[in-house]
Amino acid sequence: MFKIVENRMIVPNINLMTIEAPLIAGEVQAGQFVILRANDDGERIPLSIADWDRAKGTISVVILTIGGTTSDLAAIQVGKNIPTAVGPLGNPTEIEHFGTVLCIGGCYGIASIYPIARALKEKGNRVIAVMEARSSYLLYWEDKLEKVSDRLIRITRDGTKGYRGHVSKIPGIMQEAREPVDRIIINGCTFLMKRSADASRPYGIKTIVSLNPIMIDGTGMCGVCRVSVGSATKFACVDGPDFDGHEVDWKELLQRRKTYLKEETIVSETSRCEDHALKTRDEAL
Amino acid sequence: MMEPQKKKIDYNRREMPKQPAEIRRHNFSEVALGYPVETAVQEASRCLQCKKPLCVAKCPVEIDIPKFVKCVAENDFAAGIKILKEKNLLPAVCGRVCPQEEQCESTCVMVKKGGQIAIGRLERFLADWEAAQDKMNIPEIPSSTGKNVAVVGGGPAGLTVAGDLIKLGHQVTIFEALHKLGGVLTYGIPEFRLPKAIVNREVDYLKKLGVKVVADYVVGKTRKIDSLLDEYDAIFIGAGAGLPWFMNIPGENLNGVYSANEYLTRMNLMKGFLFPEYRTPIKEHSRVAVVGGGNVAMDCARTALRLGAETRIIYRRSRQELPARLEEVENAEEEGIIFQFLTLPIRYIGDENGWVKEIEYLKMELGEPDASGRRSPIPIKGSETILPIDAVVCAIGNSPNPLIPKTTQGLVIGKKGNIVADEQTGKTSMHKIWAGGDVVTGAATVILAMGAGRKAARSIHEYLVSL
Repeated sequence: MFKIVENRMIVPNINLMTIEAPLIAGEVQAGQFVILRANDDGERIPLSIADWDRAKGTISVVILTIGGTTSDLAAIQVGKNIPTAVGPLGNPTEIEHFGTVLCIGGCYGIASIYPIARALKEKGNRVIAVMEARSSYLLYWEDKLEKVSDRLIRITRDGTKGYRGHVSKIPGIMQEAREPVDRIIINGCTFLMKRSADASRPYGIKTIVSLNPIMIDGTGMCGVCRVSVGSATKFACVDGPDFDGHEVDWKELLQRRKTYLKEETIVSETSRCEDHALKTRDEAL
Repeated sequence: MMEPQKKKIDYNRREMPKQPAEIRRHNFSEVALGYPVETAVQEASRCLQCKKPLCVAKCPVEIDIPKFVKCVAENDFAAGIKILKEKNLLPAVCGRVCPQEEQCESTCVMVKKGGQIAIGRLERFLADWEAAQDKMNIPEIPSSTGKNVAVVGGGPAGLTVAGDLIKLGHQVTIFEALHKLGGVLTYGIPEFRLPKAIVNREVDYLKKLGVKVVADYVVGKTRKIDSLLDEYDAIFIGAGAGLPWFMNIPGENLNGVYSANEYLTRMNLMKGFLFPEYRTPIKEHSRVAVVGGGNVAMDCARTALRLGAETRIIYRRSRQELPARLEEVENAEEEGIIFQFLTLPIRYIGDENGWVKEIEYLKMELGEPDASGRRSPIPIKGSETILPIDAVVCAIGNSPNPLIPKTTQGLVIGKKGNIVADEQTGKTSMHKIWAGGDVVTGAATVILAMGAGRKAARSIHEYLVSL
């Protein structure tokens, strides 16, 4: 059992959850993930580890409430336990002295890019952090990212803060700044990573993406997380999650992520009110 | 004085009742129902009690078979289960999933006339009898030796090592990567062949013996082997199966193409058939092709059938070469699985949304025997055929789990990514580290993993008492 010590909505539909998991907190490095279950009949879902406190023995994840399990997780009260938190899984992001590194985070990826930016900064890189959201009210952790970057760029789809548009603006922004970029690292939804990788491709800058396919065990056993990278099939849980964004077969990944779209809808349609009502009644009894 | 009359040999191997095929193909309850008491006693009474029993030599965990069978014949079930458990911690499991026809039963002196003693069924009978008594016989544990052993992986190999060593007075902790113990018994073998309540009971037994269990703990990730070495006097690695094999043909990453590991894990560990009550979804498919001919392929096919799909096994050789147990093949046939022999998939064809919709295959014919001794399949030119399907389960095997080999420096790794370990002792190239089961051999059977566990436990014990 793993105790939840913090769970709050930091912007609409996105929760920050901090979990007591001293072993994971002791081992984790930037770019790794954890698999959680919300309850005993719950599914196992992978989430990037966004921050940790080795002394306190806690790890934090940022959860976009989008389906059944993420909703269940977001609803767990502080002080309660979840049955599974296993990790740190996957390989850490490669952290070297690259020179100037562009760290792009979108949506829940704003959180997971943070420890990567921090580690790169500690290695002496010049870090340009880029955060993207649909609107200004969905931006978070600006202060944290500011601290670990030399420059923080904000992009909102509606232009309410920073640049207006999408991260595909990045090449233009870089041109404008006239500063060479040695590496780009992108965390976020598959679509954002694809768009960003497409945008950086013409410039020939090494672009690393943190892939998020469907997973079950996360330990190299079930094979559902397979992705085509270059001409090979790779398993994101043990070979990744980081891959060269210019080599990933994005079309296939986007399709594979949609495998259970219909079932996710069933969960959303059937389990909200009724389920909640039943559970509340049980507790009252 | 009259000569005592020589007892006539009874070759009539008693059948075990099963759920009728028409009914069981719609449910996930256990197929085989076990012997009633009288049948078990009758079956056991047939045993000739050979002076030099050939059956025992073929048992990977060295059970004293004639002795426990005699107990059943004499209606002394409590004594029988005790004898079984001296050598086998998981009799309810082994009685169900061991390939007895290739092991103990294959050398029974009555096998030539088809009258071999149904050792597996009797083993199962005793285990189930004990469970029905609702009280577990906990053997006395000697006082602690003060030695600590870490067992990595809670599958058949690890459970055996843990059970053997705890009974010798060592302290044992099992580290399990998943949230439930049992390994393939839990995530792989379906409920209708091995009810999970049985696995849980056997795991509980170990806990009662004093084995400590830590779930959700991935050795190699949560903690490396090196750091466990500081704390434990010996480590056994039984990390089990790893990445699934595919055939490297076009279309294998289409939606609707599963590995057997994924398909079975969704169903068994995650209870996908109870979706949405359990949150892990499983798709409703109407025409499923399972590629492969082993026990895992049978499990996948019979699962898909129970979910309502027209299901076929696609296998490149003929029925005779099927590696699955005959019993499981017959069960699958009775339930209505279509067997398409001498068939080799060459391509999966997807629709515009990336879902598999067709399988293209070649017909084969059998040529000369290959390295495995089985006649090798040869493609027939121009026999390409396209068949509409909406899901494929690829059940052609898997490699050993990669996490520990990848994260442990100094461990000698074989060509197939397996941990190299001595066949007799389970010793690896590293001091204080033993290994056994699928992580050493690649995909094999439950009982072979248990046998490897038994040998390793013996070697670990010898080492611990020499300290």
